[in-house]
Amino acid sequence: MSQRIIVDPITRIEGHLRVEVVVDENNVVKEAYAGSTLWRGIETIVKGRDPRDAGFMTQRICGVCTFSHYKAGIVAVENALGITPPLNALLTRTLMNAALFLHDHIVHFYQLHGLDWADVVSALSADVKKASDEAFKYTPNPYATGADKLLEVQQRLKAFVDKGNLGPFANAYYGHPTYRLTPEQNLIVLSHYLECLRIQRIIAQCMAIFGAKNPHPQSLTVGGVTCVMDLLSPSRMGEYMEKFKEVQDFVNRAYYPDLVMAGKAYANEASVLNDIGVNNLYTFQEFQLGKNEWLFESGIIKNGDISKVYEVEEDKITEEATHSWYKDNEALHPYDGKTNPNYTGLVEGESIDHHGKNVTSKVFDTKGKYSWIKAPRYEGNPMQVGPLANIVVNYAKGNKNVIPVVDEFLKETGLPLNAVFSTLGRTAARCIEAKIVANNALRAFNNLVENLKVDESTCAPYVIDNTKEYKGRYMGHVPRGTLSHWCRIKNGVIENWQAVVPSTWNASPKDANGIGGSYEQCLIGLKIADVKQPLEIIRKIHSYDPCIACAVHVMDTKGNNLSEYKVNVNL
Amino acid sequence: MLDFHHLQTRLNELEKLPSLKNDSSITQALEKSGFTRRDFMKWAGAMTAFLALPASLTPMVAKAAELADRLPVVWLHMAECTGCSESLLRSDTPTIDSLIFDYISLEYHETIMAAAGWQAEENLESAIEKYKNKYILMVEGGIPMGDTEHFLTIGPHGKTGYELSKMASENALAIFAIGTCSSFGGIQAARPNPSNAQPLSKVTSKTVINVPGCPPSEKNIVGNVLHYLLFGELPALDVYNRPKWAYGLRIHDLCERRGHFDAGEFVQSFGDEGAKNGYCLYKVGCKGPYTFNNCSRERFNQHTSWPIQAGHGCIGCSEPNFWDTMGPFEEPMASHKFDTVFGLGADSVSDKIGIGVLTLTGVAIAAHAVIASMKKNEE
Repeated sequence: MSQRIIVDPITRIEGHLRVEVVVDENNVVKEAYAGSTLWRGIETIVKGRDPRDAGFMTQRICGVCTFSHYKAGIVAVENALGITPPLNALLTRTLMNAALFLHDHIVHFYQLHGLDWADVVSALSADVKKASDEAFKYTPNPYATGADKLLEVQQRLKAFVDKGNLGPFANAYYGHPTYRLTPEQNLIVLSHYLECLRIQRIIAQCMAIFGAKNPHPQSLTVGGVTCVMDLLSPSRMGEYMEKFKEVQDFVNRAYYPDLVMAGKAYANEASVLNDIGVNNLYTFQEFQLGKNEWLFESGIIKNGDISKVYEVEEDKITEEATHSWYKDNEALHPYDGKTNPNYTGLVEGESIDHHGKNVTSKVFDTKGKYSWIKAPRYEGNPMQVGPLANIVVNYAKGNKNVIPVVDEFLKETGLPLNAVFSTLGRTAARCIEAKIVANNALRAFNNLVENLKVDESTCAPYVIDNTKEYKGRYMGHVPRGTLSHWCRIKNGVIENWQAVVPSTWNASPKDANGIGGSYEQCLIGLKIADVKQPLEIIRKIHSYDPCIACAVHVMDTKGNNLSEYKVNVNL
Repeated sequence: MLDFHHLQTRLNELEKLPSLKNDSSITQALEKSGFTRRDFMKWAGAMTAFLALPASLTPMVAKAAELADRLPVVWLHMAECTGCSESLLRSDTPTIDSLIFDYISLEYHETIMAAAGWQAEENLESAIEKYKNKYILMVEGGIPMGDTEHFLTIGPHGKTGYELSKMASENALAIFAIGTCSSFGGIQAARPNPSNAQPLSKVTSKTVINVPGCPPSEKNIVGNVLHYLLFGELPALDVYNRPKWAYGLRIHDLCERRGHFDAGEFVQSFGDEGAKNGYCLYKVGCKGPYTFNNCSRERFNQHTSWPIQAGHGCIGCSEPNFWDTMGPFEEPMASHKFDTVFGLGADSVSDKIGIGVLTLTGVAIAAHAVIASMKKNEE
């Protein structure tokens, strides 16, 4: 007999995401559906506005990857107008982007994903001395894991638990049978969880030095950057450099060793292995380090065959809405997308609740439409994007920034290369990506300093001709994967705007052929230890670092007034 | 204006409340975490100054914070980008976020909480029931209403954002709309507002304290909670229900580039010589003269910077409907006509005098800018 499990809300992510699975009598997942339950319509709102304002509005798509859509919105307009910003501006953007990557990746690992791997309460029974020794197994210079430090952390946890009110930590899946870390290892992770709260403030400051603030920095402008005073101040430059190094140190001495530790501990845990999800991988060039130098390259891998990497052909990208709450279903290129909302609602159904009982709930209408996220496809196929795609594609292409770090990780964990195609692999690839960014971003910094000696320009001049039509896009790689923004400008204002974002690729619902995105595919075949505590589902979904506000977007190229549509609320 | 007796009475009342947690005062807990009493008093002193209260109140601020662990907090995410939650995570001094995590009982917060799905829904329901009329509600995001109410649903029962925020509001002790979206509708409510997103104040008839900004600084979030603890009542508000202590002055009033404005020295285009010299950004669109917030005093990210320091003008993000009224963001306002949406209450005296003043202010600013600039050019 099959049963349905609903996880809504998926917490510790950005946005509103619901996952439903159907399990058989052995608790093995047979069907999986992922859908977003919020629509905001920012691309609709951008229409008719000054192109120079677009970046500020697209930025508000997401406050977590809080630089990605700002830069994308600005670059899409620059691309349309044919502007190349000065090298100083491009490298400054790289430095801000590096801060974003490190912020997102460390916060994801500890604050968002960490509780899926570490059973914090178990740290209470850790032997502090043993834990301190344990940390040396993964790095010669452990971070914040001396016996005195760990004792302090343990006592702090004890005091917190003894209060009898766990606050945000209440009602979690503590004691779940698939947790694999020892109490000592859990204590190490907890110490780093707390340290990360401090470190994330520092890396956010790195963005703010050139970006004014974080979240939602405010120093990019069409044509360049505005923070020229900060760039010309040795004191400000020094501030970035020193703060960045402090975070780099955390990545190398806490995050990476913890990943190696988790990699070893979970090497035999079935629920995190062998779930490639979608095995078509797609990534795009990012991190300009110098005039003609980039940290990561573009590429496409098809069907998991890493022996061949294809070039990205942007006209092969489409989006469709067969199972999305929009009217027009057909697959269209983003420049020509049609996306009129058509909400058909959830339907009455049954699911297992947290007591293991079948109860009446609202469920997806899986035969019909069930998500605000559309289905992007490349050559008609779903793609997986994100650090995993980025690292594998760049490894396959022989990128010298990437290969040694991957090889070292595999050597230290003893994992085979194909272990990368898994939940563990996604989590590992994110850390590997963070390590590569942490250890290379200051190359951009040094090149910026060199360039400033001979060139102080920060903005390229331009004019917007109201009689001309423009069309342009941004394509790049952001913390959650490959991002593109597509715009048309006419009569001096935005005529249309479309964003095809990482979480849209990964969280895609099924398409006209019944093929789902990577979230859905990676859950098929998963055995759930306890249907009351579907931790494995959350662990897998978190490994993508969902960003659902990003994933939900809409564009109406016909210029219709969307608010006129009457919604069929099927509830 | 300050009533010490009232404060003391309020603190005494708070002290009599049963603690949510069994054995600890905040100071004991702080000591366990390696904070000394002195560190704590320093923090309390800073907060007193920050709230623009006299220094003699420092001991009371400290006492109020000691009692803070008795207040449960429920934080709801509506139609939003999570930027406000991220801002909260950037807490200003090293100790403030541990204060929040350790000493406010954060009962529900989707970005942070460990529970998910049914367990998460249970946390919300039990918090509302267990702490009925005792919890602080903070809401992030606009709320789709009317025909489009179902554009946001949460939980296995598919409750709408409207239903959840209404239920949580009805049982809350105090309600804060965190950020411009829950205060005024925000980006999704900008023209043509395709999801019919509305501010939190449209959901409940109770007083909603608006803490706008995109996002608001973490100090404005934390400071308001403390203000409530101290006085036991809502802080003094402007006509947009923004606390006057944080939103009482214009960005322009304390701007570090104000001297250049007065001297008629302006950045004419981004990247020019004026930009390198830190001239006033008015002519490249700064909305500081029309925007009420404490950014120019407090900045962001532990005082690291703020938009005007980074060479970009203010976009007016703590004003109602700024997305529709203040664009294009890189052009001066003087070329625009003000309408009533911008006017009322946007100036600390305008609630008495009305919108004419602001229009006049706008013209005056433009005139001043032109005159000063002409003088500058003559030199």
